[in-house]
Amino acid sequence: MALALQQLINGLTLGAVYGLIAIGYTMVYGIIGMINFAHGDIYMVSAFIAVTVFTILATFGVSSVPLALLLVLIVAVLFTSVYGWAVERIAYRPLRGATRLAPLISAIGMSIFLQNMVQLTQGARVKPIPPVLVGGIDLLTVDGFTVRLAYTQILIVLVTVALMSGFTYLITKTSFGRQQRSCEQDRTMTALLGINVDRTISLTFMLGAALAAVAGVMVTVYYGVVDFYIGFVAGIKAFTAAVLGGIGSLPGAMLGGLLIGLIEAFWAAYLSAEYKDVATFSILILVLMFRPSGLLGRPEVEKV
Amino acid sequence: MSTASAPLLSVERLTMRFGGLLAIDDMSLDVAARQITGVIGPNGAGKTTFFNCLTGFYKPTEGSVRLNHPQRGLMRLETLPSHEVAHKAQVVRTFQNIRLFPKMTVLENLMVAQHNALQHASRFSLAGLFGLASYRRAEKKAIAKAIGWLKRLELIDKANTAAGDLPYGMQRRIEIARALCVDPLLLCLDEPAAGLNPRESAELNDLLKHLARDEGIAILLIEHDMSVVMNVSDHICVLNYGRKIAEGTPTHIQQDANVIKAYLGEDDADEELHAEAKP
Amino acid sequence: MATLVLATHTISPAARFKDAVAVAFIALLLGIPMIGLTTVDQGGTLRVATRWPTLFAFVAVAFAGRLILRFAIDQFKAHQLTRERAVDVTTVASASGRAASPLLTWVGWAALGVALTLPIFFSDNRYVVDTATTVLIYVMLGWGLNVVVGLAGLLDLGYVAFYAVGAYTYGILATQFGWSFWEALPVAGAMAATFGVILGWPTLRLRGDYLAIVTLGFGEIVRVILVNWTELSGGPNGIASIPRPTFFGLELKPPGDDPTFASFFGLEYSPSHRIIFLYYLILALALITNVFVSRMRKLPIGRAWEAMREDEIACKAMGINARNVKLSAFAIGAMLGGFAGVFFAARMGFISPESFTFSESAIILAIVVLGGMGSQLGVVLAALVLVLLPELGRDFAEYRMLLFGAAMVMIMVWKPGGILAHREPTMRYVAEGDSR
Repeated sequence: MALALQQLINGLTLGAVYGLIAIGYTMVYGIIGMINFAHGDIYMVSAFIAVTVFTILATFGVSSVPLALLLVLIVAVLFTSVYGWAVERIAYRPLRGATRLAPLISAIGMSIFLQNMVQLTQGARVKPIPPVLVGGIDLLTVDGFTVRLAYTQILIVLVTVALMSGFTYLITKTSFGRQQRSCEQDRTMTALLGINVDRTISLTFMLGAALAAVAGVMVTVYYGVVDFYIGFVAGIKAFTAAVLGGIGSLPGAMLGGLLIGLIEAFWAAYLSAEYKDVATFSILILVLMFRPSGLLGRPEVEKV
Repeated sequence: MSTASAPLLSVERLTMRFGGLLAIDDMSLDVAARQITGVIGPNGAGKTTFFNCLTGFYKPTEGSVRLNHPQRGLMRLETLPSHEVAHKAQVVRTFQNIRLFPKMTVLENLMVAQHNALQHASRFSLAGLFGLASYRRAEKKAIAKAIGWLKRLELIDKANTAAGDLPYGMQRRIEIARALCVDPLLLCLDEPAAGLNPRESAELNDLLKHLARDEGIAILLIEHDMSVVMNVSDHICVLNYGRKIAEGTPTHIQQDANVIKAYLGEDDADEELHAEAKP
Repeated sequence: MATLVLATHTISPAARFKDAVAVAFIALLLGIPMIGLTTVDQGGTLRVATRWPTLFAFVAVAFAGRLILRFAIDQFKAHQLTRERAVDVTTVASASGRAASPLLTWVGWAALGVALTLPIFFSDNRYVVDTATTVLIYVMLGWGLNVVVGLAGLLDLGYVAFYAVGAYTYGILATQFGWSFWEALPVAGAMAATFGVILGWPTLRLRGDYLAIVTLGFGEIVRVILVNWTELSGGPNGIASIPRPTFFGLELKPPGDDPTFASFFGLEYSPSHRIIFLYYLILALALITNVFVSRMRKLPIGRAWEAMREDEIACKAMGINARNVKLSAFAIGAMLGGFAGVFFAARMGFISPESFTFSESAIILAIVVLGGMGSQLGVVLAALVLVLLPELGRDFAEYRMLLFGAAMVMIMVWKPGGILAHREPTMRYVAEGDSR
């Protein structure tokens, strides 16, 4: 029981991170109908930026945790958004209207490029940073097993909730949100109405990257280690979350993220830690087989 | 219906719903063998959806589509997947927005249409891999058939050209030639005259008549070009908002009050206009 | 049209300069966190290190590169426009139906000649023959994946899984049940094909990008299972002492009790015999693959693969069972990957999950994409470049994957069909009177 509660906490934390990354997949998919294969690597880039900035702050003796976190978040979000913009500009925009295989391959090329670029410039070895936020609240102890809610976990969940609310407001209530949604439905018509479609798509990529950047910072704080390979696995899991929730649906991405986080936490605790990645991939295949529209997505009618 | 024998295809109480949208509403229609049946209606009337239901691309919400196949007997098309509708029931369609294999040559396009017969002759590629005589004979026959249609449709000069590189009007003809290579009992053409110039349109009329009278292929034709529909159709069915609003011979349809209303619009067509439209 | 031409010509040097400055600025932003700054481990704690000179060099290259590229593109476009006007449109249209360039055919035969005679010239240079063998493995894998990606248009990101299935099937059959290379080869191929069908059956009706990510996941599943199912696969340690292939039952090893290749033919034993034998073995496997795939392409099934790539819905309307056609492409691609895997295991004598990571899938995909999807010769050229590049030096080896990634993006943007994108029709109509 205590173990289950602990896994629930861990799963929700992990799920919040997956959810943040999944939103990037879902938004890009919504607007250009394509999977951004490089999205997981964008998240990884952000984690490395976070490591660098934390180290710089430590060198300058910034000891206030909230200040440090805020600075890291701002810097990571800014630089990572530029990466998101560049990915779209280089690997996607020139291929609008090409065959469906071409942008997929260029995005995979971009993903391979980013991974190796980071490996070459930042080193292949795991980067550990000293714990930023230590401690937590001991909830209860049963048979010597203490259920602990770490401060980092609270932080991750709070940040995610705040971001989700702000984001929902942005998409449903603001002018940018309307432009974004109209691009999703009919790009040609949106362009005819005088809306800069290219700019809207660029902004969508940047927003997705910004959310992934936050996820990257959170993971760095949570685990304290980063390597160039984390984007690959996290990318597939977040993508699974987006598909499970229903690709194209923002609440779906968050729900899917939470579910994947929980499944992974419980699978690792009760069944087999070695095969936890297999569990996620199996879910992906099963969802695509039996309910390709996901939990909250609308079924796609094949246009003939 | 004036035909004495049972119809080739009979659609009964067909309904297709997409969520809240009723695309086809309780539609029934008989299609006679060796005849051309026109399906007309304003944009969004459900014509293409009707084709999609017929050819297995959509599963209708309700209703049945029965085909009286001369060799296989009664077939329920609404239960078959799209490729079996074409292969087993020999009901073959073309598309409103031409769907060729653009990088393949015209001849290859027509060979792909004969895939099932050839694949059978190649014994799952084994006979083909070893170049057995039985396969080579089948391939020769298939090429002869393709070339026959290419000649008939005056496309033979372009046999080795990639289909996607050819002008629009020609692509329309290639699509028809390709469909004919499947040996259709019933050929469903979705706006074959769209984008054709008057001369090409006239040639299309002749071709359709020839196919129905001489080749014995029943044709179901969606078309906006009235000069084609009225000229070639033996029978016309008019759809509006998913409902069949009229059915009959071309002359009958031209005088039908409901049809005129559907085309001119309900609000504009006040009493005066009605009186004028009726001769 | 005229205004458009005018527009491309009237880009002022100032505008070009401004454009390049913008690109340089973006390069600066991208470069600061990755090139300008890095962290290094010093006695357990991280320290920040800076590389400002490198960053400024990078920004300068981006600036100059953009200026030159922009200029070149404008020149090229202007040149193309004038050419398009000069050439009648109809001749352009019919040009796509012309026969393959004789140069390419010539290059193909020359490559075959070089491949056949290479060990004769380098019989005592183990390094050259070994590297050539590696190239041929990738050529074979590329030809196998080409069936799936190039012909059928299905993006498979987990191709290495089938390579692994082939390798492990042979490894297990040989070490646990004493099967020989030749006995295991067909079984391993069938095994890989079966895995292809098992994966393809539920997933092939998915949209292209879903299929891509599912195959990616499948590749990872296979690798995770190989790492963790120790009883079957030996876990991370892999399988060692896998027997080498024999020459019709004759082993290629130092003289012993049994007749060996050298003793049977009365030759003096030399370790290079085995290297050369392995080379000719993979050459034969690759050539059989090539002939097989070329013939399949001209059969109904091959045309159906290409038609499926062009338009799946039209295929269905022509009565083609889309799932069966895709499944056959998937299974045949998997089988060829399985054969290559068996050879890999036999050549190395040792296999472990490390040889079957995603980056291996990415390399094979890069070979197919860069060479020209559907082009057999293109695969050979791309495999040559991709294998030889890292052999040129340690720097190239380090930058190999980085360059692959960048090349994949650039080729797609520049020539979405690949470098050798020419498609040769599977048949040709010759008017009566001409001989066929």
